[in-house]
Amino acid sequence: MLKNRIIPCLDVKNGRVVKGINFVDLKDAGDPVEQAKIYSDGGADEICFLDITASNENRDTIYDVVEKTSKKCFVPLTVGGGVRSVEDINKLLNCGADKVSINTAAVENSKVVIDSSKKFGSQCIVVAIDAKKNGDKWEVFTHGGRNNSGIDALEYAEQMEKNGAGELLVTSMDRDGTQVGYDIDLMSKISSKVNIPVIASGGVGNLDHLVDGIKLGKASAVLAASIFHYGKHSVKEAKDYLDSKGIPVRI
Amino acid sequence: MNVTIVDYKSGNISSVINSFKEVAKDEVTIEVTSDLNKIKSSDKVVLPGQGSFKSCVDALNKIKGLTDTLNEFAITNKKPLLGICVGLQMFADVGYEETETKGLGWISGKVSKIDNQNGKYKLPHIGWNQINIIKDSKIFKDIENNSHMYFVHSYEFVPNDKKVISATTDYSSNIVCSVEKENIFGTQFHPEKSDRIGLKIIDNFINL
Repeated sequence: MLKNRIIPCLDVKNGRVVKGINFVDLKDAGDPVEQAKIYSDGGADEICFLDITASNENRDTIYDVVEKTSKKCFVPLTVGGGVRSVEDINKLLNCGADKVSINTAAVENSKVVIDSSKKFGSQCIVVAIDAKKNGDKWEVFTHGGRNNSGIDALEYAEQMEKNGAGELLVTSMDRDGTQVGYDIDLMSKISSKVNIPVIASGGVGNLDHLVDGIKLGKASAVLAASIFHYGKHSVKEAKDYLDSKGIPVRI
Repeated sequence: MNVTIVDYKSGNISSVINSFKEVAKDEVTIEVTSDLNKIKSSDKVVLPGQGSFKSCVDALNKIKGLTDTLNEFAITNKKPLLGICVGLQMFADVGYEETETKGLGWISGKVSKIDNQNGKYKLPHIGWNQINIIKDSKIFKDIENNSHMYFVHSYEFVPNDKKVISATTDYSSNIVCSVEKENIFGTQFHPEKSDRIGLKIIDNFINL
């Protein structure tokens, strides 16, 4: 039976982890490689890096991070943030990323998803959808949530599946950082609309939220950042909890 | 000993390279090449594959003499070869992804789309699934039945001779996820991404 996945996400800025696990015995709390290794040793089903480097001159730092991590972690590694072109995707894959998540570029230029999924295969193309509720629908935001594209998130999700996305990483802008739980309505609507896996993101504050994301949100995988930071919960605790709630996980 | 990972410019093989280098340490040389002479002289060959069946077959055929060299290696000389994902699928006679495409024909059978039962099962089949070991395969040494492996695929290999199947996985139906026919091995899952247990399979292949 296929298991639901738990994906810890690390924000990386200028090659360093922002926030993170911060265990006392960690030699270098800002080292993304070391943090990723802790997650993968702890049973993470995948690792996600979100590059939030703002300046262009430091953009290349992520390649070095990916290259080093992929030599230490033998679970799938997804990298997103600032991915603009097929060439960017190519570079990340060559450095050892297994999947690349595309956000703004997928909205601005549909050819990026079409061309990259043809060139590298859908299995490594994740389209990240940042959605915010407006009335009775959700709109897609770009540029790290700053710009409203006005595009309907459900229609967009369907279009991205057609364009060749292998998975959708859906983040609720309303919930992100609030720790009150995923936007279950958004997740389940998108998951029912498409036939590719949906990864739920944005808003996790406790382990029950992970359960809800899968059971109610119909997500194939749940992504979370802050509940794994500072040792609040380990990946193993999260998996044991899901298991106790009857959700199939890899233990 | 040297193990060659065939680099035929199809998809992303860095994870395969990293995992083999991790397992091999300094005792085994891992070559990454499409050089025909190097392939011929290697002890073992790994045939990775990402993207569609057609794109992989096309990429193999683009390198002059490569399929002949692989045929000679695996069929004539019967040296150990491991196909991963589409690398395994290409063992078939024919694949139906994008369009009907001729495979290597090493293990009689076809590659067709997983039956998603009218949308009941999402495709691609992405994530960790358990393998049911149904035949004692040399690459499963010290691998427990029902171990989790990492999968990413929408197509499945359906061999004619069921005796080649060494493991299946349950997704919509019992999907063939590992084969062994004499010196030819293949996994539909990605051992290079399947954590320590996946590395053990790679170790088993290297130490055949």
